[in-house]
Amino acid sequence: MRHVLSALVQNQPGVLAHISGMLASRGFNIESLAVGETEDPNLSRMTFVVHGTNAELEQVRKQLDKVVTAVRVDDISSENFVERDLMLIKVQALPTQRVEISLLVEMFRGKVVDIGTETLVIEISGQETKVVAFIDLMRPYGIIELARTGRIALVRGKGSKEVRN
Amino acid sequence: MSEHKGHLQSGAEILVQCLINHGVDVIFAYPGGASMPLHQALTRVSDKLRTILPRHEQGGAFAAEGYARTTGKVGVCMSTSGPGATNFVTSLADAKMDSCPIMCITGQVSTPVIGTDAFQETPIVEVCRAVTKHHYLILRTEDITRVMKEAFYIATSGRPGPIIVDVPKDVQMRKIVADYDPPMNLAGYAPDRRATREELEKLLEMLRASKKPIIYAGGGIISSNASQHLKAFAEKTGVPVAMTLLGLGGFPAEHFLSLDMLGMHGTVYSNYAINEADLLLAFGVRFDDRVTGKVSEFAKHGKIVHVDIDPSELNKIKKADLPIHGDICLALQDLVRMIDARPKGSPSLTAGHQEWIKQVEHWRATEPLRCEPREDAIIPQFVIKRLWELLKERNMLDDTIITTGVGQHQMFAAQFFKFNSPRTWVTSGGLGSMGYGLPSAMGVQAANPLKTVIDIDGDGSFLMNVQELATCFTEKLPVKVLLLNNQHLGMVVQWEDRFFESNRGHTYLGAGFDQPPYPDFVTIARGFRVGTRRITDPKDLDGALIEMIESKGPFVLDVMTPHQEHVLPMIPSGMTVKDIIKV
Repeated sequence: MRHVLSALVQNQPGVLAHISGMLASRGFNIESLAVGETEDPNLSRMTFVVHGTNAELEQVRKQLDKVVTAVRVDDISSENFVERDLMLIKVQALPTQRVEISLLVEMFRGKVVDIGTETLVIEISGQETKVVAFIDLMRPYGIIELARTGRIALVRGKGSKEVRN
Repeated sequence: MSEHKGHLQSGAEILVQCLINHGVDVIFAYPGGASMPLHQALTRVSDKLRTILPRHEQGGAFAAEGYARTTGKVGVCMSTSGPGATNFVTSLADAKMDSCPIMCITGQVSTPVIGTDAFQETPIVEVCRAVTKHHYLILRTEDITRVMKEAFYIATSGRPGPIIVDVPKDVQMRKIVADYDPPMNLAGYAPDRRATREELEKLLEMLRASKKPIIYAGGGIISSNASQHLKAFAEKTGVPVAMTLLGLGGFPAEHFLSLDMLGMHGTVYSNYAINEADLLLAFGVRFDDRVTGKVSEFAKHGKIVHVDIDPSELNKIKKADLPIHGDICLALQDLVRMIDARPKGSPSLTAGHQEWIKQVEHWRATEPLRCEPREDAIIPQFVIKRLWELLKERNMLDDTIITTGVGQHQMFAAQFFKFNSPRTWVTSGGLGSMGYGLPSAMGVQAANPLKTVIDIDGDGSFLMNVQELATCFTEKLPVKVLLLNNQHLGMVVQWEDRFFESNRGHTYLGAGFDQPPYPDFVTIARGFRVGTRRITDPKDLDGALIEMIESKGPFVLDVMTPHQEHVLPMIPSGMTVKDIIKV
């Protein structure tokens, strides 16, 4: 089963290395990992997408929680949450193809953020399926390179329930 | 500390003052370029804080473990940067596995050159992340007091564990006015939990319903100082107790409810009892593979109650029917109180399993540990049995602490030395670090100057840290080494005999079977000016053991033993109690 874990960690050097090292050394397979500062400069939020059984996920969450600099860890998969992935994608686009591609970008509610003589850089955000669908649509034109942030997520409404035990 | 208020002090002086403020009275420290300011500071406080110079950083860190395991306090060691620091890695991993609170302080190159591959630079915090409970690289002198406060707190709270504190040389040299009581910055660290009354009620309910209960007690009993409460609980409920390697001493071995050690080289009766039990009370344990063998078959007939301070241990290996996150000492205290508070006429907690106790006693009587002395050779099991008997006759058991290396001698010691009290047994369990015996004994002796400290060792393990004899001699630490010398790596030899048709894969340590014992440990001991004797004849055993026990200084007793002896019983790795090898 697919799980989304959201962790608040102390914003200190080495915390990301510590957490990713712990996950690797215990053999947990992370599909996506995104990190960024929060409204509190002392805290960062890490969002993980992990596949595994419930028992495996219980271990991942507890092992994360055990890291001294991890302030709080929640498995938000069972809750109502919003998740997004941001992508920048550079595609081959001859002047004659620009309009056609722009139309697709519009349909995906994306943005063209750079126009070169034979390329376009496009920004797309949304759920993973949408991002992947757009990538597939761009393949025939020729993808030069792309970058994605990985999944970030928040629980809808007031907040996420505490799952520390 | 108030005397220093308002004074400019160097980072090194501040750090050393922090050690004193946190109650450290011994540090095992090996100097080098990046830790010289710290050593200079140590020379000025020698009346309050004893500095012991080990002869290898690994020895210093194992000594810190010996100190910590027998006192419950943080054991502290120090090294310079680079190679000094990397010599701590094995000890940190050892302490992590066995939940032992040690602090390794390492010098580091100055902050402006960190990351430039400077002389003796290693990113030791990066290296050690996975083998520590927590780690610090101090980049500002102002942070020293906070880091030290946090480090001592983290090391000893919750599930104890090792901490590394890396201190660049310029941070040690800079002078500031220190605040010795800064706030800690540990927003996410909540190590304590007391099991709720409801959880403990459920445990008692399951116990009442059980016909064949057993307690599986581990190192958590020792580290949380719960042994007296475990004894009270076991006696009030009449539940027999099997112990892990690290749990030995957590329950008196000579108690009628003791089933001694369980697991791979545990007693037949403890393993039978675990297998047959309908309720397993797992207290402060982690279902290590050396205990469980094949996990799916382990305790498969019983319900499992698992109490541990580390929630990540619950349901990690074996799903518990009742997982309880909490301090085992508090849980046992509360359980005993709840049992005592039951109204008169409540159903008996012991009546339901009288038959079971009889069965367990039958197993214990018919399947004892076997040790048959020979006339032509000194067998290792018998050496330990006699050591224990001689100490008991002299009424010295309570004042004796045993350490070991790793291998056959370690298992023989676990089987044949009966530990009746906690913190009298120091061994490398989870990591199984050879070379542990002598340096840990040295730390034990420094922490317990009036006790008799005996390192039961093997010739392979002993040689790995033999240099510490120099520390024992110069620091007047009268550690005894009882060396069971079979000229082989006995445990690997045993596996070769059982699983590889006795084909020797580099497990012979001698210089040739036509040669005298090699190396000559008696000559080595003399070179270190340490008392010594070698025996080969069983008739000399008692006299030699007494000579060793009574010697005033350190002593190496080299006992030549046959390498054909196997540690039995044995449940081969990954197998079950049905596969137990008895002969």
